[in-house]
Amino acid sequence: MSAEIDPMAEIRASFFIECEELLEALQDGLETIESGEDDPETINVVFRAVHSIKGGAGAFGLEALVRFAHRYETVLDEVRAGRMVVSGDALKVFFQAADHLSDLVRISCDGAALPDAETQTLLGLLDGFLGSEAKTDNDEPDIEFQPMGIALDLGFDDDGEPELEEPEQGALPTLDQPFHASRQTFLIEFMPAAGFFETGNEAALLLRNLSALGDATVVLDADQLPEFANISPVVPHLCWQISLKTDGSRDDILSVFDFVEGLCKLDVSQSQEDATPQPEPAETPSEPAPLVTPLPKDIPAAVNTTASEKKQANAAPAKSVVRVDLDRIERLVNLVGELVINQAMLSQSLEQSGLSPHSDAMNGLEEFQRLTRDIQDSVMMIRAQPVKSLFQRMSRIIREASSAINKEVRFHTIGEGTEVDKTVIERLADPLTHMIRNAVDHGLEGADARVAAGKSAQGNVSLSAAHRSGRVVIEVSDDGGGINRPKVLQIAIDKGLIPAETKLSDAEIDNLLFLPGFSTASVVSDLSGRGVGMDVVRNAIQALGGRITISSTSGEGTVFSISLPLTLAVLDGMVIEVAGQTLVLPLNLVVETLTLTDQDVEMVSPDRFVIKVRSGFVPVFDLGAALGYRKPMKTFENAVILIIAREDESQSALIIDNIVDQRQVVIKGLDEGFYRAPGIAAATILGDGQIALIVDPADIIDGMVSEVVSLRNLIDLGVPA
Amino acid sequence: MTDTVAPPKIELLTFRLADQEYALDIMSVREIRGWTQATPLPHAPHYMKGVINLRGTVLPVMDLGARLDLAAREQTARNVIIVVKHEDSMTGLLVDAVSDIVALTSNDLQAPPEISPGQSAGVVSALTLIDKRMIRVLNLAATIVVQEGIAA
Repeated sequence: MSAEIDPMAEIRASFFIECEELLEALQDGLETIESGEDDPETINVVFRAVHSIKGGAGAFGLEALVRFAHRYETVLDEVRAGRMVVSGDALKVFFQAADHLSDLVRISCDGAALPDAETQTLLGLLDGFLGSEAKTDNDEPDIEFQPMGIALDLGFDDDGEPELEEPEQGALPTLDQPFHASRQTFLIEFMPAAGFFETGNEAALLLRNLSALGDATVVLDADQLPEFANISPVVPHLCWQISLKTDGSRDDILSVFDFVEGLCKLDVSQSQEDATPQPEPAETPSEPAPLVTPLPKDIPAAVNTTASEKKQANAAPAKSVVRVDLDRIERLVNLVGELVINQAMLSQSLEQSGLSPHSDAMNGLEEFQRLTRDIQDSVMMIRAQPVKSLFQRMSRIIREASSAINKEVRFHTIGEGTEVDKTVIERLADPLTHMIRNAVDHGLEGADARVAAGKSAQGNVSLSAAHRSGRVVIEVSDDGGGINRPKVLQIAIDKGLIPAETKLSDAEIDNLLFLPGFSTASVVSDLSGRGVGMDVVRNAIQALGGRITISSTSGEGTVFSISLPLTLAVLDGMVIEVAGQTLVLPLNLVVETLTLTDQDVEMVSPDRFVIKVRSGFVPVFDLGAALGYRKPMKTFENAVILIIAREDESQSALIIDNIVDQRQVVIKGLDEGFYRAPGIAAATILGDGQIALIVDPADIIDGMVSEVVSLRNLIDLGVPA
Repeated sequence: MTDTVAPPKIELLTFRLADQEYALDIMSVREIRGWTQATPLPHAPHYMKGVINLRGTVLPVMDLGARLDLAAREQTARNVIIVVKHEDSMTGLLVDAVSDIVALTSNDLQAPPEISPGQSAGVVSALTLIDKRMIRVLNLAATIVVQEGIAA
């Protein structure tokens, strides 16, 4: 907060980074509950996320955050204890509270003014869920802050798994646990599982914390220890049986193992001789049910095992993660790019030197090529991230948008795990936000209209991501009324965007939405009428090397699909020659290559040609002419053509002079602010050090087609080409 | 080390274009390199020579003579590319030959006469005399940025 150098600043910064992860976990948990697929562990995850944020915030004196998180946590605790059932309304408030919590985190981070009114409203809503006992633990926070604060700075280099936290965690419950619990004996069986050591856990620490709770007798069971020669240092082989006499509850014991959940087999059962009812059913981190009434020894043990096994199945054991500055990765990516180019240059010069292909040098070069490719793939993997975080942001947009205009919307996400280059994800946020808002505002009809059309009153918007033929396809779809084409056409004519007598096909009318200055909302709504049109969305997608298409069925809904390159860094390319220029085409678009004779080509109009390819006619485009390198060809004898497939499965043929090679190329962006050549996606550097342009065939074909249809020309009039 | 109170010093890189002399503030010059074949960009303005490989990055190259509507010259081995940085982007400027680096004070610079608006308006920001030769000092921003309006 202050300008001077603060030793806490770094820790504070990592707290906020950690908060992002916790908020993500919170969001995830709430979504799982909403989908009805939750298990008892889900609410614990949600609770822990809020609790950790509160703890960290306390350590940094962020009082507003603490106060809000505390009340939120109190309500969640009611759910956790089984005293409150999560209804649809409660869930809505939980979501709002989660959103508000993330606002508060962000505001606390920036040091901006706090939205007190909103906080109060939400606190009121949250308090509404609490009965008369709501105020019982109001004095609790003071006790709880310190331990979490310490835990934070020890654990921040890890993935939210501060293994050194246990001492405090273990000691803590004795502080806020009332004295009325009687001393009882627990039998604990603890067996670390695979992955236990990988996250830096240490069984001895856990045992020490356990013994801090009371008198512990620890028996080591080394039966499963293999012969010395077979011992693997990373696989746990030992098992402990602990008999613990303690004042604490079963939950205190479980909380010692909080951070190794899923990484060990754990049985906690009350010794039969003093199985007395538990006095406080409130604190139930792992299994609320068995605690309410005293149970025979075997049952809680069994339940507990299944729960931990289930968790293991759901989420693979937590992987250790390193946080790396993006700049360093960028640098690595650039260096690998250089390496690839360098390797290409080297192989080219060795080939020209006339060495035998079986010589040592050539064999070595082959190995070098393979290694380079492996390195490149691995480096690209570093930047790939699941789109999940992006989708979560969108679910918030949906909630806000739907409540702003009073439409009930159900949001579905598909393919959250799809990995995309980090830079792509970041730059997708704005266009997607806009599209999601549009879907809610313009796409979906009002509840009455929906019911009248025989649909559910609640609208559906879904967001999906999938890898498809080497690209990422992201789709935003709604089950609304579809694009009102007569209205769109009328608006375009009214606004003078197209001449009044224009005859357009359905697809062309849909594309009018991308015209600059187009907005269908008759009244500019607060929600999506922010002066930003779909043209901005389209430009943003194009800047990423992507394309956006619309398909809409009247009465059934609209689908916007965005197709993006997987990465902005490498491409499997086909190196071709056209009119003396070397160009690169994305290999995955090329379906087939053919050599033509004049008989293959049919003219449909003076400058329109098609060729017959097995199943039908495919339009032909002269790449050299399209790029302005030469005049259109008069004869097609011996011309080489590439059949190009589009995302919509349609095919086109491009005339080129020669195919040179197929190879992986490093994509070098063309400076956007400087000059954007139509039909050119990017550039690359070839083995001889020359730059070759990477062609976007779809852009070229669209450009050529529209010269006839002239729709694109209309669009281009608005955006200076 | 001097601590005389003098007008701020300016160092200029001077170069030749179609038998005229031009100069750029040396602070904007990153490097000077020999001419290599540029890869032309389709549908680019006529003064864009294309792009070249500058140690792994794609550098757009502008034919400065064409940009200033000077007479077309033949390309010779003495042609060089001056790599300049404006804001965050690098651009190569193709010139006939680099001549010299001169140090001046701002007093030595004179405002150019008013020129009618056009593509080249504002490109020359000042004039100065060195050994009785007139040198036109270019305004880099105006030289490079103008085509954004035409082509961006």
